[in-house]
Amino acid sequence: MGATGLFLCLFLVGHLAGNLQLFIGGAEGQLQFNEYAKFMTTNPAVKILSYLTYFSILFHTVDGILLAVENRKARPVKYAYNKPSANSSWASRNMAVLGTLVLAFIVVHMSNFWAQMHWGEIPVQISGPDGTLDEPLKDLHTVVLGFFNPAENSLALAAALLYAFAMVAIAFHLWHGFQSAWQSLGVNHPRYTPLIKGAGKAFSVVIPALFAIIPLYLYFTQAA
Amino acid sequence: MATLNSRIPEGSLGEKWTNHKNSIRLVNPANKRNIDIIIVGTGLAGSSAAASFAEMGYNVKAFCFQDSPRRAHSIAAQGGINAAKNYQNDGDSTYRLFYDTIKGGDYRSREANVYRLAEVSANIIDQCVAQGVPFARDYGGLLDNRSFGGVLVSRTFYAKGQTGQQLLLGAYSALSRQISKGKVQMYNRHEMMDVVLVDGQCRGIIARNLVTGEIERHGAHAVVLASGGYGNVFYLSTNAMGSNGSAAWKAHRKGAYFANPCFTQIHPTCIPVSGDYQSKLTLMSESLRNDGRIWVPKKKEHVEAIRNGSMRPENLAEEDRDYYLERRYPSFGNLVPRDVASRAAKERCDEGFGVNKTGEAVFLDFSSAIMRYGKTEANVQGVKNPSEAQMQKMGEDVVRAKYGNLFEMYEKITDDNPYQTPMKIYPAVHYTMGGLWVDYNLMTNVPGLYATGESNFSDHGANRLGASALMQGLADGYFVIPYTVGEYLADDIRTGPINTNTPEFEVAEKEVKDRIKGFLNSNGKTPVDEFHRRLGRIMWDKCGMARNEQGLKSAISEIQALREEFYRDVKVPGRAEEFNPELEKAGRVADFMELGELMCRDALERNESCGGHFREEYQTEEGEALRDDENYAYVAAWEYTGMPAEAKLHKEELVFENVELKQRSYK
Amino acid sequence: MNLTLKIWRQAGPSVIGKMETYKVSDISPDMSFLEMMDVLNDQLIRDGKDPVAFDHDCREGICGMCSMYINGQAHGPNRGTTTCQLHMRSFKDGDTIYIEPWRAAAFPVIKDLSVDRSSFDRIIQAGGYVSVNTSGNTQDANAIPVPKENADKAFDAATCIGCGACVATCTNSSAMLFVSAKVSQLALLPQGDPERELRVLRMVEQMDKEGFGNCSNTGACEVECPKGISLENIARMNREYLRASVTSE
Ligand SMILES: Cc1cc2nc3c(=O)[nH]c(=O)nc-3n(C[C@H](O)[C@H](O)[C@H](O)COP(=O)(O)OP(=O)(O)OC[C@H]3O[C@@H](n4cnc5c(N)ncnc54)[C@H](O)[C@@H]3O)c2cc1C
Ligand code: HEM
Ligand code: SF4
Ligand code: FES
Repeated sequence: MGATGLFLCLFLVGHLAGNLQLFIGGAEGQLQFNEYAKFMTTNPAVKILSYLTYFSILFHTVDGILLAVENRKARPVKYAYNKPSANSSWASRNMAVLGTLVLAFIVVHMSNFWAQMHWGEIPVQISGPDGTLDEPLKDLHTVVLGFFNPAENSLALAAALLYAFAMVAIAFHLWHGFQSAWQSLGVNHPRYTPLIKGAGKAFSVVIPALFAIIPLYLYFTQAA
Repeated sequence: MATLNSRIPEGSLGEKWTNHKNSIRLVNPANKRNIDIIIVGTGLAGSSAAASFAEMGYNVKAFCFQDSPRRAHSIAAQGGINAAKNYQNDGDSTYRLFYDTIKGGDYRSREANVYRLAEVSANIIDQCVAQGVPFARDYGGLLDNRSFGGVLVSRTFYAKGQTGQQLLLGAYSALSRQISKGKVQMYNRHEMMDVVLVDGQCRGIIARNLVTGEIERHGAHAVVLASGGYGNVFYLSTNAMGSNGSAAWKAHRKGAYFANPCFTQIHPTCIPVSGDYQSKLTLMSESLRNDGRIWVPKKKEHVEAIRNGSMRPENLAEEDRDYYLERRYPSFGNLVPRDVASRAAKERCDEGFGVNKTGEAVFLDFSSAIMRYGKTEANVQGVKNPSEAQMQKMGEDVVRAKYGNLFEMYEKITDDNPYQTPMKIYPAVHYTMGGLWVDYNLMTNVPGLYATGESNFSDHGANRLGASALMQGLADGYFVIPYTVGEYLADDIRTGPINTNTPEFEVAEKEVKDRIKGFLNSNGKTPVDEFHRRLGRIMWDKCGMARNEQGLKSAISEIQALREEFYRDVKVPGRAEEFNPELEKAGRVADFMELGELMCRDALERNESCGGHFREEYQTEEGEALRDDENYAYVAAWEYTGMPAEAKLHKEELVFENVELKQRSYK
Repeated sequence: MNLTLKIWRQAGPSVIGKMETYKVSDISPDMSFLEMMDVLNDQLIRDGKDPVAFDHDCREGICGMCSMYINGQAHGPNRGTTTCQLHMRSFKDGDTIYIEPWRAAAFPVIKDLSVDRSSFDRIIQAGGYVSVNTSGNTQDANAIPVPKENADKAFDAATCIGCGACVATCTNSSAMLFVSAKVSQLALLPQGDPERELRVLRMVEQMDKEGFGNCSNTGACEVECPKGISLENIARMNREYLRASVTSE
């Protein structure tokens, strides 16, 4: 769990770096994003990484669910009166629920874009800011913008809110998960653990927040 | 019944054990597989013996009434374990440990046993360290020592204030290893209800499964009792709630002699009683007397002020304090033996200097130690001219490292912070030197029935020195009984498994069942605890820290009356075939009521004062114990005759060839 | 003080239990929690009712026998405290107190508040020891110097009393804190070194077999552990386990 979890955290960073390009407006942004998208779908190194990611998600999910099921079985009779808030964080006790939310989001998210990119009918970008392109590019940029544009998608607001909400779930998942992964891997040291915990909190707030701003930004700039 | 033969080997003191080991009969390894041994108790004495027997190849069944062998009351021992390692190079030796123990015991123990104990003591430490027991160490990585009462050397090994815990967990791990190999069968939550004798030899026990209530028969070629002490006869003691004298008492009823029952140790430093509801007392380890100073105010007016809360003890001026141990015993000071320290506290409190509401408490004060350590620590850390507060802080840290868990325990119970204000302490029942009579091989006078650890009487005479019970338990279990049992079992290699379908087992089982029925059918109204409390009160008042003829006589008749009332009026709820803690208690209290009577009888018989046994009629002018070596240098071994007060006395004369009998002096 | 007690009553292992309500009065704040329970039982016995069965022995926080889940917390509201060390001054007059047994599949209820923790013993039997003979023919104790820091850490881990509060409080009923305490103690000492791989593998295997849940590092165990056993031990055990898994043949 720890290793895959941390790997997925790395993935989040990579993915975010790509997504932040959506803030670059205009034709330049469109070209850069689509080139990036192409790179991501074709580059062999990225392929390996992406398979690793799929595997991680799968393993992390399956293992996570199996563990959660075992854990439920480990206490057949529940306490009549329990006060777990006295000793542990809410996020730490609800990793499976949070993880499931994240999984649901991942599925939705992939069918929205990833499936389109791979198998869907997608517009093609033929020309960039400096004229005609050597080779036409799949225009994911337009798809994404369109997805969050109320003029083109009647559910754009819902989509933006859903994406933002999913990021809240990830944030909670990571609030506990980031530092927990280190502990699972055996890293606990009086000097470094406080640093890891600090970094984990920062990570779990900053990364999902940046992710969440993107759909909101796209929605509100295009709605205006 | 057999006469008392202590089987002390020939030879000079230093050669006895070696000679004995060389000449003792052995059982060959193949035959050991055909021999079964039962061990009742998994404290230090029981666990270590079980592990050792199993290791040697015997088949072992071990019993304890707790839910795990790891919870035997040895777990609660705090201060440390003695061993003549002389790591501190302060002149310690086997002889000195032997001598201190004999003298500490006020010359009422057997020389040969005590010398053997001192001899094997060093091995214990090696063994425990090899098992991974985390003793305290110094910065060089070597083992550290501290001092205990009644001695002038530092020979006590410790693990903070949790030495018993660490030693027991070590023995428990050795036991666990043998359980996993299948060499020991462990019976948790089982209580031994009786021993079974076949043709005069002990051949098994009757046990009750405490969860299901089932009565079981277990046969064996030898039975070892390692069932701990009987201090709970006083109701309030530092023993665990379940600690009991029943296993030993059952053996006594079946013929084993009970030796020196009146020798009880009252420990000077316990947390005082706070109310009627009190269920047990908590020890503050003797090791605290390394650094704590005991005092009461010199003037009654200050006593008054402290009692009513108008004055804080820490504010009382130095010259108004009476450090009475330092005053009376300048050479040993606060580290006099336990019996001496306890009586001195009682004396001050009886004179009206007790410092709490009940008038039964004295102070144990760490302020000077904290300051002293603080100063040293400041030097070490290179702080020039440290302030009072700095020294206090640093000193507290040193004291915390040494006794942290004890201070915490104290604070939890009393809600007082002992770093800031002196502890209040008072003597309480702690240990029983008396127990089943055993010979040099640790066998009782019943062939095949052994007793080890606190359940026997063997090594501590009339007063046990601190940190010596752990030593004795492990010595008995690891290094003595594994050898000595061969002497008896060598005859048993052809006996074959013990059949439990015999009339002897049947009768014993029936007796146990009838007794249980008796308790459950008694249509009384009063819970067991109330009887126990009342028994305790009688014992404490009349057979406690000070005894006299008249009191003892009246105690005997009071106990007899109480016993009669108990059987008439006790209320034991529930059924026999279920988990029934009240039923367990009823059996134990019933036995205590007989044992208590025997203790009074023994105390009455012993017309002298020695160690923990202080007869008011026999004291020096300064109020010190007055021994009578001419008439009482013997072990009183009592034979059961049906009525404890009419038990028959057998004497084992104590012969001292290597030490000179002297009036104990700690001045 | 007058109190209302809501206590789990269960006649036996295979019977369904339920919470029952009792009242006790004139409780002194200086009483320990178990002394308060004694008062209740005294009252029940005199009323001809079945007293509440609960485990306890030393009543000074060291044997690990006492085990009550009080007001939703293992060993009650105070930190670093066993049930027997809890005093009534931690409650107020008129309070309602919920008292339940440890709840975990691996700790089946025997009766009322008493549970069977022999699963812990079996975990220790799987490897929580140094395989040294009890012969005394070992080398001199000081022949094995141990750096004070390691000795102290090993000691801290070894102070576990095996009470099971860590399991009781863990949302997953995981026994990791208990197991890691023993693994750590022996991993920190040279004496434990020769068997360190086998030990951790076996003990973890047994732990899983007993039906304890999996650790998700909520940290509740460390907070509720009466002996302050640190999560560092769990990390150390994870390290030992990874190492052993990788290197074992
Ligand atoms: C608070 C305290 C602090 C102490 N501190 C020190 C110290 O610092 N140094 C020192 O040397 N000594 C100390 N002592 C004394 C020492 O701890 C004990 O004397 C010693 O541990 C006794 O060990 P044991 O194995 O004989 O018995 P215990 O450890 O008491 O074990 C008795 C065993 O017998 C079992 N048992 C009893 N009756 C039955 C039965 N009927 N059926 C089945 N099983 C039964 C119990 O389950 C238990 O397993 C202290 C004692 C106390 C109470
Ligand atoms: C972006 C996606 C995800 C990331 C970055 C992520 C990250 C993490 C991390 C770092 C941990 C801590 C691991 C540890 O302590 O060993 C963790 C734990 C957990 N995750 Fe995820 N996770 C993600 C998705 C999911 C999904 C889809 C599920 C499936 C339901 C899930 C379920 C769990 C569970 C149950 C745990 C707790 C189990 C444990 O700590 O051992 N996670 N996650
Ligand atoms: S780790 Fe703590 S809570 Fe768990 S069994 Fe040990 S002492 Fe009890
Ligand atoms: S009764 Fe022993 S720890 Fe509470």
